[in-house]
Order: sequence, then structure tokens, then C-alpha cells
Amino acid sequence: MRALKTAILSAALALGIAGAAQASEGVHIPKQTWPHAGIFGTIDKAAAQRGFQIYKEVCSACHSMRLVPIRTLAGIGFKEDELKGIASGYEVQAGPNDAGEMFMRPGLPSDRFPSPFANDQAARASNNGALPPDLSLMAKARVGGEDYLYAFLTGFEEPPADVHVMPGMNYNKVFPGHQVGMPNILQPDGVTFADGTKATVEQQAHDVATFLTFVAEPHLDARKQMGVKVILFLLVLAGLMYAAKRKLWSTLH
Amino acid sequence: MAQVQATKFKNPVVNWIDSRLPIFTMLDHEYNHYPMPRNVNYLWAFGAIAGIMLMIMIATGLFLAMQYSSHTSLAFDSVERIMRDVNYGWLIRYVHANGASMFFIAVYIHMFRALYYGSYKAPREILWILGVIIFLVMMGTAFMGYVLPWGQMSFWGATVITNLFSAFPIVGDPIVTLLWGGFSVDNPTLNRFFALHFLLPFVLLGLVILHTAALHVCGSNNPLGIDPKGPQDTVPFNPYVTLKDGFAVVIFMIIFAVFVFFMPNYMGHPDNYIPANPLVTPAHIVPEWYFLPFYAMLRAIPDKLGGVLAMFGSIALLAFLPWLDRSKVRSCKFRPVYRQFFWILAIDALILGYAGAMPAEGSWLVIARIGTFYYFFHFLVLLPVLGKLERTRPLPNSISESILKGGGSIAAGAHAKPMEKA
Repeated sequence: MRALKTAILSAALALGIAGAAQASEGVHIPKQTWPHAGIFGTIDKAAAQRGFQIYKEVCSACHSMRLVPIRTLAGIGFKEDELKGIASGYEVQAGPNDAGEMFMRPGLPSDRFPSPFANDQAARASNNGALPPDLSLMAKARVGGEDYLYAFLTGFEEPPADVHVMPGMNYNKVFPGHQVGMPNILQPDGVTFADGTKATVEQQAHDVATFLTFVAEPHLDARKQMGVKVILFLLVLAGLMYAAKRKLWSTLH
Repeated sequence: MAQVQATKFKNPVVNWIDSRLPIFTMLDHEYNHYPMPRNVNYLWAFGAIAGIMLMIMIATGLFLAMQYSSHTSLAFDSVERIMRDVNYGWLIRYVHANGASMFFIAVYIHMFRALYYGSYKAPREILWILGVIIFLVMMGTAFMGYVLPWGQMSFWGATVITNLFSAFPIVGDPIVTLLWGGFSVDNPTLNRFFALHFLLPFVLLGLVILHTAALHVCGSNNPLGIDPKGPQDTVPFNPYVTLKDGFAVVIFMIIFAVFVFFMPNYMGHPDNYIPANPLVTPAHIVPEWYFLPFYAMLRAIPDKLGGVLAMFGSIALLAFLPWLDRSKVRSCKFRPVYRQFFWILAIDALILGYAGAMPAEGSWLVIARIGTFYYFFHFLVLLPVLGKLERTRPLPNSISESILKGGGSIAAGAHAKPMEKA
């Protein structure tokens, strides 16, 4: 038993190292409470739908989400006809047709979200040289995840007196280096939510972060539900195995 | 494996096959009746756990390979397609990605168990050396696997690690060109890494079979480090150890499942969810956690070639362990002084790991240097000297006497009627 404890302890220590490797960035990111956190946490679908509205009306002017098919939104409660409606609001390139020409057609739920710019160069040319990053995996691609996204979106402020912000750049207290090409885009009541939720900056940041968590990990709910079942099964199996082992080995003594 | 005696089986088909190819006799001999010292503790389960992890990695890896594209323009997106669109693709990939870490945890515990109980000593030298080779091949496989998703850490990790070989004079640059398949980490690199990442697990499997074959010649070591003197000291592998190992495997799988289902990205780096970009270098290039102690050694030496030699040397050194440790006594239980140094070495390895995750500057660099020095000092100086100077405690006469205190008679009685298989 002592040996087992030692083994578990050393494994825990080894894992601690992995955590340390990730926690080495400078700025403190405050933790938020998320309905999707924890063992039984699931994506807050209403918040994610509001987040999608913000993405559509605000973020998508500059940011692509090229890895995400529109049908993924079924995971936050959009029905099939709603998905078709959302998709047909986009124009996607198709073809070539019989005349050998490319043409535009209304989007389908199976299409991925069209990008606002044809390529990175076009994106830079329209954004003062800065490249708005793709949002498909944003919640997993930054240290701090959704907490970082929330802190970033609410982190725009007037620069301290001793900081000189370069022309075209904006001051953000959590962005590495504090100078970011993206402007403070979320404004109070910048969007009007259909469900009547008051669109404060904090509310919008929370909803967008929830939505981006969902698109980065569309199977999050299914994963956790399966995890609970798998671990319960393994716990019962472990109990049976231990009882059988005890009974068997007791014949030796 | 040396002597295979024909056994009579009830099933006529089994008998027919066995009289022509005695695989059933061999399995019966090696896994039913293989005598295990009856005093082995749960640390002895980590060999079986590591073996099962290898199987899980090969199985999940096969299904991932069916969906993955090893072209730089497709690799990242194809992994995301697995995560989003392939049925249970997220599960297969998370099992594979976290499985690599769990495999290393199992192997590290397995190695430290061998160090603590002196399992590398005569007559198990070849068994141990095969283990060191398995560890090396495993590191190569894991490194190349981490490159495949073609994220930022994949690309820059590959750049840093392949560049290490350029430290060697004359042969260095041609080796690097060969690894890259060109003059930088690019599409040919990704392609050959994918091919090798598919091949090496089967090399590992072959090495594991040799490792097991070598084990079954001299038998398993045990916490007392003394050889079993007869059937009263052992139990048949099946069902006693299969059940005990099975329980340990299930416990290990619970920890594994916690990572896969509830914190699947904990052991990864967020930068690997950013597509590889040769023009943007990440702020800190860090390898996966299981390489960190070696990464710390690499950066601790101010000279590039010296660092590379220290890193490879730290593993090569292990192969000579059976001859560096002069003590005739295997188990730490009877080596009061060595036991203290064993724990200092374990702590040293953890400190090195931590230092490897930190930027190589200031006090972390100093700590990494002390840690690296101590690692080599332990194996090259302490071990040979201790073997000569240490006064070991008296060894017990036999395993059964030590655990039953009443001699072998009771044990022999119990052994005479092993449980029937249900």
C-alpha cells in the first residue's frame, strides 16, 4: 500500500511539472465561473447563442472561423430550419459550372463559415498590417482559455501614463506586450439580444467566450457525459477486481 | 522459453494445432504457470500497464492514421476534422494524445522501481539494456508523434530537436539534412516523421517481446531482491498475478480516464492549437513534459555539443548501470545508505523536470546545472563507491520465511492447491 501511495505521489509530482510549464506567462488572468466547468458542467446554450449573435454581428467582420461547419451550431440548440436560415445568409463560392466558371450560391449547413478575407495578405491590408487570428480554436489556443478571452475582451483601457502606444495600436492589460491591433470592439448595447438580456460589455464578453469554447470543443458535453459513465463503470470494476483479488490471495496465507 | 513441454489440452482443435505449433503450450507455460515471487507489490504491475498502454496507442493510432493527412497544408486541418467530424474522433485522439503521457508515467514508475529494487543486476543485465533501448525508441516515437498535428509547438519542437544533431562535427549537418529531407523542417520532414511514427511502435512491440522473453528466463525480481528458492516462494502467474495486475490496470485506467474526459488538454501546450508558422517563433519552446528533465540537461551545458552529449549521455549511461553499481545486494530494503541517495536522485529528476519547463536563465539555469551535475555524480561516482563502502543489512534466507515467519510448510500447502479457473 505504501508503495502504491509512492507511485501515485510521483505521478502527481510529474504532472505538476506539466502544469508549471503552462503557468509561466506573466499577467494574472482572473478565473471566471463557467456553467461548462467541472465534471457535470455543460455549455450554456442560451449564452452560446448570444455569443454566436455577437460573433456574427461583430467579430466576423474581421475574424474567420474556417474550421467550423455551420451545422455545428445544432450543438447549441439551433433547429434544422434555423440552421438552413443561418447558412443561407452567407454567400459561398462553388463551381466550376458547365461553362467552367466559378459562381456564388447561398450557403448550406454543411458549409464552413466563410472567411471575411480571401487570404492573410488581404486581411492584413485591411487591418493596418495586423492579422486577425482565426477563432475556430481560440479558446484552446491561449494560456488561460476562456478566462483569457474574457479578460482580453474586457481588458481594453486607457494606457498608463508611462506607456507609449504606437499609432494604430490599442492598450490591453492582459495581451502579451499590452499593445494589440484589435480595437475595443465590444460596446454597451452594441448588440440587441433577442432574449432581452442586457448587453453589457461583461455580458457580451462572457457570451462570446462561451460560444468560442463551444466551437473549439463542440463535443464537450458528450465527452463529459461519457466520462462520468466510463469512470463509474471502472470504479465498480475496480471494486470487483479488488474483492476477487483479496479472496484469491487470502487462500495463500 | 527455453524448454517447451507438450501439454495435453481438452479441446481437440487446440491439441491438433499445438502438436504442430506449440503456441498453446508456450502460452500455458509462460503465462499460466510462470512462477512469480509471491511477495511482489503493486509497483510490479507497471510493466503490464506499460504493455497495455502500448496496445492502446497502436490501436488508437491506427484509426487516427486512417483519417490523418501528412501534408503540411492538410495536417492541422485533418486533425481538426478528426476532432469535429469523425465519429468519436475526439475520443480516439484524446486517448492517443493523453495515452502518450500515461505511457511515459507508467514507464518512468517501472524504471524507478527497477532502480529501487536493483532489478538491473545480474542476471538481468540484458533485460535492463533492452528496457533502456525501449525507452529510447519510445522517446523518438513520442517526439515524432508530437510533430504530426503540425501546430506551432510541433513545428518549433521539431526544429529545435532535429537541430541538436548539427552539434556533432562532420556528420552533424548531413544527419540533419537527412532528417529534414531538405534544408529546413518542411513537408518532407512531416512525411517521413509520419512514416517513422507508424513504424516505430511495431519496433517497440518487438523489443517488448524480447524484453519479456529475457524476463522469463531469469524470472521477476521482488521487493526483497533475493531469488526464489522453490515453489513455496512463488505463485503461478495466473490467476494470482493476472488478477492483481488487472486491479492495478483498472486503477490506472481511472486516472487515464480523468485526463481524457475532464482535462484532455492539460498535458498539452495551447500553442499547438495554432497552425505551424515558420515565420513566428513562440515565446518559449517547450517539449512535452516527459522530456523536460532531459531538456534541462541540454540547456544546462553552455556548449551546444556538450549539451547534446549530456542529454544523450544521461540515457546511454543507464545501459551501463549493471556494471556501475558494484553492490551484490539488489533491494534498497537492505541498503540503508543507497536508499537515501535513491530518493535524492528521484527528487533531482523532478527538479530537473521543473527547471526544463522554466526559461533557461537566472536561478533556474543554476539549478539545472546543479541538477545535471548531481545526476551524473550519482551514477558515475556514488553508485560505484557505495557498492564498496556500504554496510548492507543481512538478507533473509528465503521469501516465504520472510513473509510468513513460520517457514515454508504452510506456503507449500497452500501452493499445492491453487484455485481452479472458473
